[in-house]
Formats: sequence, structure tokens, C-alpha cells
Amino acid sequence: MKAFSNVNPKDLKDAASQLQQASKKGQAATIVGGGSDVLGMVKERLVTPDVLVNLKSIRGLDKVTEQRGEIVIGGLITLDALSRDPVISKNYNVLAEAAGHVGTPQIRNAGTLAGNVCQRPWCWYFRNGFPCYKNGGKTCFSITGENEFHAIFGGGPSFIVHPSDTAPALVALDAKFRIVGSSGERTIAAADFFQLPTDNPARENVLASDEILAEIRLPAAKNNTRGTYTKIMDREAWTHAVISVAAVMEMDGQVCKSARVVLGGVAPIPWRVPKVEALLTGKRITPELAAQAGAAAIEGARPLGKNQYKVPLTQAVVKQTLMALGA
Amino acid sequence: MTKKISRRRFVEGTSAGIVAVATVPAVKAQQKAAAAATLPGVPKTTIRINVNGVDRRVEVEDRWTLVELLRDHLDLTGTKIGCDRGECGACTVLVDGTPLYSCSQLAVWMNGRSIQTVEGLAKNGKLDPLQEAFIQHDAPQCGYCTSGQLMIAKALLVSYEKKNARPTRDEVRAAMTGNLCRCSNYNHYVEAVMAAGGENA
Repeated sequence: MKAFSNVNPKDLKDAASQLQQASKKGQAATIVGGGSDVLGMVKERLVTPDVLVNLKSIRGLDKVTEQRGEIVIGGLITLDALSRDPVISKNYNVLAEAAGHVGTPQIRNAGTLAGNVCQRPWCWYFRNGFPCYKNGGKTCFSITGENEFHAIFGGGPSFIVHPSDTAPALVALDAKFRIVGSSGERTIAAADFFQLPTDNPARENVLASDEILAEIRLPAAKNNTRGTYTKIMDREAWTHAVISVAAVMEMDGQVCKSARVVLGGVAPIPWRVPKVEALLTGKRITPELAAQAGAAAIEGARPLGKNQYKVPLTQAVVKQTLMALGA
Repeated sequence: MTKKISRRRFVEGTSAGIVAVATVPAVKAQQKAAAAATLPGVPKTTIRINVNGVDRRVEVEDRWTLVELLRDHLDLTGTKIGCDRGECGACTVLVDGTPLYSCSQLAVWMNGRSIQTVEGLAKNGKLDPLQEAFIQHDAPQCGYCTSGQLMIAKALLVSYEKKNARPTRDEVRAAMTGNLCRCSNYNHYVEAVMAAGGENA
């Protein structure tokens, strides 16, 4: 790998100021959590850091705690720990299931929640160094190229899909993200964290170069809320979602009081489907309603040349997920 | 023992170096070699790690991965580099008992940690029961993924021993999804781990 120095910040402020200091000295700095994604990109020379800011040196950022009714999850919690956490499994199982579906056991042992949310896209053009939008260029090679895994919603000018399993679950749970930078901190809704390529084709989220996704906050669990995560892959393990559905429903007996349904693997951001949510609200989840919801989920889909199969697959997976949840 | 490479010797870690690793002079020699192998002008850090029960103090370049440290500087070549991208599992080692891809960890992050590699499985010249089961069930074919398969299986069996339970076939399969076998000998690997799990329980 390219030579770089590893720095171990004491706390988040120190980490953010390390990022800022490096940039003042004209050095490229990269934050690293579990390392699975970042080290791969350094090896491919997609990022060429002079300094790696190792967040694992910060203590206490890997816990699930309760603060004034909210559940606070440290960004450095491993996906394995998150998937087995008793509070998350009991009250927020859409997130536990999503974390448990990432990659492989070894990746879940190293990979962190914040890292999973902030990982870069896995478009083969980007990862193989093509001069695309994500690599600083002005083209998306997938439009006329090999686009079977690319976006059917929200694409343009880049057609990547957001690769995270946990991100759709966090949007479905209406999570808040605490972001720490060198000049202060801010907390924003999960849905506002992700950015469409029309806003910024080079990046997938609103993090500035000296900002760190520090914590995820989940609203207090309500009674009678259920959630689930369905992930469709082209093999059983080790890969990203071709399509995924994160669904959370608050029930009143057999009736859906409110719902949040978010798709993964189909758009450059976790893709919320408000039409589906509106359709479910105030109704019993019957097979007919689930079928209508599946049809509503694919309204406005704009497939490319080789990913048309994703449209009927999305319809079916939404229907199937809602049936499972409403049963 | 015959000079010909037997399956048994292969599973032990293949090289004669395995025995020398545990002796003090060899360790010292390796520490020197590790220090000498860093390049001038490249950021370096001195770390303390425990590898297969032996404490070591070693100077590493910050950019070295754990598997590079193990193979290229500590002569522990039982751990293999397959893809070097966290996509095959051949480099799996245990860090404080947790299986990780050693190609996707920096050596410098290992300061204060204990690392177990395939060379640490056999004790006093005696194979681990898991290694015996691998031989009996013809688990390795070409052998390239074998040390990674051994380490992920070892972690699984230790975690079940602690619970005083035996993994089911499906649990073994799920635990080993992060280790590819290019010979596709998965069923034999699963049978070997099931057998070893039964013996341990």
C-alpha cells in the first residue's frame, strides 16, 4: 500500500481536529473505522491518504445506551455486536436483521455501524478506477454499460445504488445522526444525511471533510411496533442487496396505524416510498393491500438497459415483506 | 517422519518453522528481521502483540496489513493471502479470539492484542482435534483456504464450548460463509467441523 501514518485520536474532537490539521498541511486524511472498505480503497488507490485517522482508538463509542428515552448507538459498534444487542433485537429488530445480513461473519466482526452507513458505492466502474463522477470525473459509465445492479430510482447523473443494509433500516426507524466536526456538531435526520447525485454526484452524504458520523439515535420504542428487513442477493452471502426492504409498522390491533417503508439497492440513497406508506395507513394488511403496495412501490421506476428485472422484483419483495410483517 | 509432505504435516502449517517459532532465540531473530525490513522515510510504529502465546515487540510500517506482518516479517506463512480484499477468507486469524480478515486490518491496530494463527493450533507437536478431523474427513483439497477454514471453525467451536453446546450443521454453514473454497469442498469442511464439535462437546 501507499505509505501513510496512522494516528490514534483520544476523542471525537481530537479526531476532527486531526482531519483539519492534515488538510491545513496539505495532506490527505481519511477516517477509518473497521477498515474493511477503506483499506480496500487504499489498495486500489481510489483514496491516497497521507494520514489515516483511526477511530477505533476512541473509547466508549461502541455501546448501546438509553438517554432520556432515546436509544443512542455509538458509531463504532461492530455490526456483529449490533445484530446481537438485546435492546436492538427486541425493539428495533429491523436494524438487528439488517446488521446481521451484512457481508460475512468476519466483515461483521470488523465493520462498524457508521462505516456501513458511510461506505462508498460498489459500482464496478467506480471500484475499478474508471474516471466516473465518484472518481472526480464527469461521466457515469453504467448508463450505456454494465448496469444490471444499478439504480432504477433517483439515478442521474450518477446511477450508483447505496450499498448499505443498515441505512434503509435507520431511515425506516426515523433515526437521527449526530455528526461531529472540527468546529462543532450537528444532529440531523437519517433521511437528510443521504444525498442524491443531483445534489452532489461525487459523494453519497452530507458529511464535510472534517466531519465524523459519531452516533445514531433511535426514538423511544413504541408498543405494537414491528419491523423487518428483507434482503435479496444474487448469492447467499458476501454481497450487497440487489434489492432490500426495511419496513416498520405501528399497529393498532390488526390495523396499521403508521408505516415507514424504505428500499435498499435500488437508488443512490435509501429510497423511501411514501405512496406505499400512505396506502397502508389505517388499514388491515391483507394480501390484496400488500399487492397494491407492491404496485405502488414501483411507480416512477426508470430502469436502465440491463436492470429491468429489478422492477418486478421490487414489486414482489415489497408485497412479500408487508405480508410477513402484517401476518 | 518421512521427508515427503504428508497431509498431516501440511495441516500442521507445512513448514519446519512452526517448531522454531515457539523458541526464544528464533523470536529474537524474527524481531530483528522485522525491524530491519522497514523502509526509511516511511511512517513506523512500535507495537506490542502476542502471537500464538509469545509476546513480541515489533516495529511495523503503519501501512502494513496484519497478514503482511505475519507472513513477510514474522515468518508465519501458514496464513494465506488470497484476494487481499476481504473477499475470500484465506487470511482469517483470531484477534483476541474473534475471527477477522488479516488482510483488512493494519498491523499497527494490533497493539496490545493477542493473535492466533494456524501455527498456534497444534500444541506440543500434537494436532488440535479440529485438525485431526480435517484430515479424517478429507476437508482440504488444494489446501489454500485450509488455514482460514481452520481458524473460523476454531472460533466457532470455542464459542460453543463456552456455552457447553454443539453447533448444528446450519450453524456451521452460516459461521463459515466468509471462507471461500475454490475446490468447492464445503461439505467435507462442514462434516469435519461437525465431527470435531461432537468430540469437543
